[in-house]
Amino acid sequence: MSTVETQVQQGPGGPPGAASAAPGRRRFHIGDPLFRVLATACGITVAVAMFGLAAVLVYNSWPAISGLGTEVITTVSWSPSTGQYGALAALAGTALSTLVAMVIAVPLALVIALLLVELVHPAVARVVGMGIEMLAAIPSIIYGMVGLFVIVPFIQERFMPWLLGTPLGSIPGLKPGAQFQGGGLSIFTAGVVLAFMVLPFITAVSRDVLKMVPRVTKEAGYGMGSTTWEVMRNISLRYANSGIVGAVFIGLGRALGETMAVAYLIGSLYTDLPHSIFDPGTSIASLIAQQFSEATDKIQVSALIELGLILFLITVLFQILAQFWLRRVQRVTGGRA
Amino acid sequence: MSTVARPGAAPLRHRSIARRKAVDLTIKVLSWIGAWIGIAVMAFIVYEVVRRGIAAWDIAFFTQPTPQDVTSSAGGFANAIVGTIVITAVAALIAIPTGFLGGVYLAEFGRNGRLATAVRMIANVVMGVPSIIVGVFAFAILVKPLQHYSGFAGSVALAFIMLPVMARTTEDILNLVPNELRESGLAMGAPRWKVTMGVVFKAARDGLITGATLAIVRVAGETAPLLFTALSSPYWMTGLFGPGGYFGGPVANLTKTIYDFSGSPYPQWQTLAWGGALLIIVAVLGMNILVRLLFQRGKEW
Repeated sequence: MSTVETQVQQGPGGPPGAASAAPGRRRFHIGDPLFRVLATACGITVAVAMFGLAAVLVYNSWPAISGLGTEVITTVSWSPSTGQYGALAALAGTALSTLVAMVIAVPLALVIALLLVELVHPAVARVVGMGIEMLAAIPSIIYGMVGLFVIVPFIQERFMPWLLGTPLGSIPGLKPGAQFQGGGLSIFTAGVVLAFMVLPFITAVSRDVLKMVPRVTKEAGYGMGSTTWEVMRNISLRYANSGIVGAVFIGLGRALGETMAVAYLIGSLYTDLPHSIFDPGTSIASLIAQQFSEATDKIQVSALIELGLILFLITVLFQILAQFWLRRVQRVTGGRA
Repeated sequence: MSTVARPGAAPLRHRSIARRKAVDLTIKVLSWIGAWIGIAVMAFIVYEVVRRGIAAWDIAFFTQPTPQDVTSSAGGFANAIVGTIVITAVAALIAIPTGFLGGVYLAEFGRNGRLATAVRMIANVVMGVPSIIVGVFAFAILVKPLQHYSGFAGSVALAFIMLPVMARTTEDILNLVPNELRESGLAMGAPRWKVTMGVVFKAARDGLITGATLAIVRVAGETAPLLFTALSSPYWMTGLFGPGGYFGGPVANLTKTIYDFSGSPYPQWQTLAWGGALLIIVAVLGMNILVRLLFQRGKEW
């Protein structure tokens, strides 16, 4: 909404609180400033909560930051029994599982968004879109369970033997490393499941962004005799590309911090860097989930909270980037979806 | 005779119409395949959970507390169901009024001001913060200083997740209310708060109920924030205080119990976990679909 309406309500000159209190203009209602203050306080609470969270994380991770120095982010092995708190394996596992997820989810989300915006009748698009959005409603733990009991055996018994029989199985990165355990519980499995968890988010934002492309621009393309794909590639995607980047960042942020499904599936290997996406590994979030309640040592708890702080900063960064790119597309197309 | 024509013009690349149409068709087919993959995955998950979970649903599942050892054959999820309801309800009591008023601030007072823009941006960012981090936060402020786990710590974590969702949803819905409604209320001489409470809320009622329900349902299925706040317990919650109470100790809840049981090596415990998963999926998807149907109605002004 624009600010024009607020001007009408506030009257000229000064904030509305002052205006309503001004004698002769309107009867003074004590309810008004009270309500306004209460609502503003609640609004500020939302913001303060985040800074509170950041401060609490920094405070509680300080013993690890000062006591362990850079050990947490530069050494590989996490082994509390020997006093080693290196989380490089977790950082690598987070990055790799997210990469696998994005490689699958981004193209899939884009073609689905194309279908929803350009190819089908809006009524059909609503039903299909709702089906995809429901993927976001399924709780993480259920993805984890279905993954563990259904996807893991499939990958272990069918997919890996097939893959290793093809030339693909000897490409570095796909070729099993020293820690290979059959590929069922692996970074790859976690990534595949993650892909479907972030798919609805990327699809929804891409769809909204593509809808913002002005109709006349697309019609001009069609008028020139372009096919649907040519309009999509040369007009819609060019117009909306910064929004698509925003959509990808939103999915990326989700995938990086996803906990339960990854904890079930990634294999929980804390002591070695993954040599292949089919090796077991760990991620920051799943390491915290699995180690936190068993952590007895103060420095271990602190190191885990430091990892939480790192994850927090990474996801906040991606969220801010996403907001930035989405704002840009709003400016370019001049409006909301 | 000369072939030199159109000096200065860029050479036009010849693209056969057949080829262009083939590419177009390929993309269209891929789009459909993509959509079907998404929907098939969704259907497959529901199918697997129903197939495996329905076996666990008997009277005992809804009336007995979680079994404490494998030898006892009887056992259900009743204590966990109660715990989840209580933890989620308290979270809702904290977050809904606060988030709601926060949304009112964004939509009615702050609007495009600098503070409101900052609050809106931060709320969007907080919505992307991983839920496990919120669990760590609740642990650090409520479990660590008090030296014990509690259901309340779990509620606070869930409330933290709900808060920005509530605020942003409320704002979006209030923005749908036409300004003429506000103006006519004010023109009648009603104070601002009465206009908001009486006119704007009434107009936006469906959407607001929808938003609140979706926010509740969303956190009811969360596991990560409860892992080290509410923890879990094989017992019933006994009142408010004391080691078995809501404020005093670990409280049984669905998601953490499902996590523990599904990871156990005992088939009967795994079956119970699937029963719990089925309960969650029925509640979450059922409410989502129900409320979305309402929402579509609420959106059409």
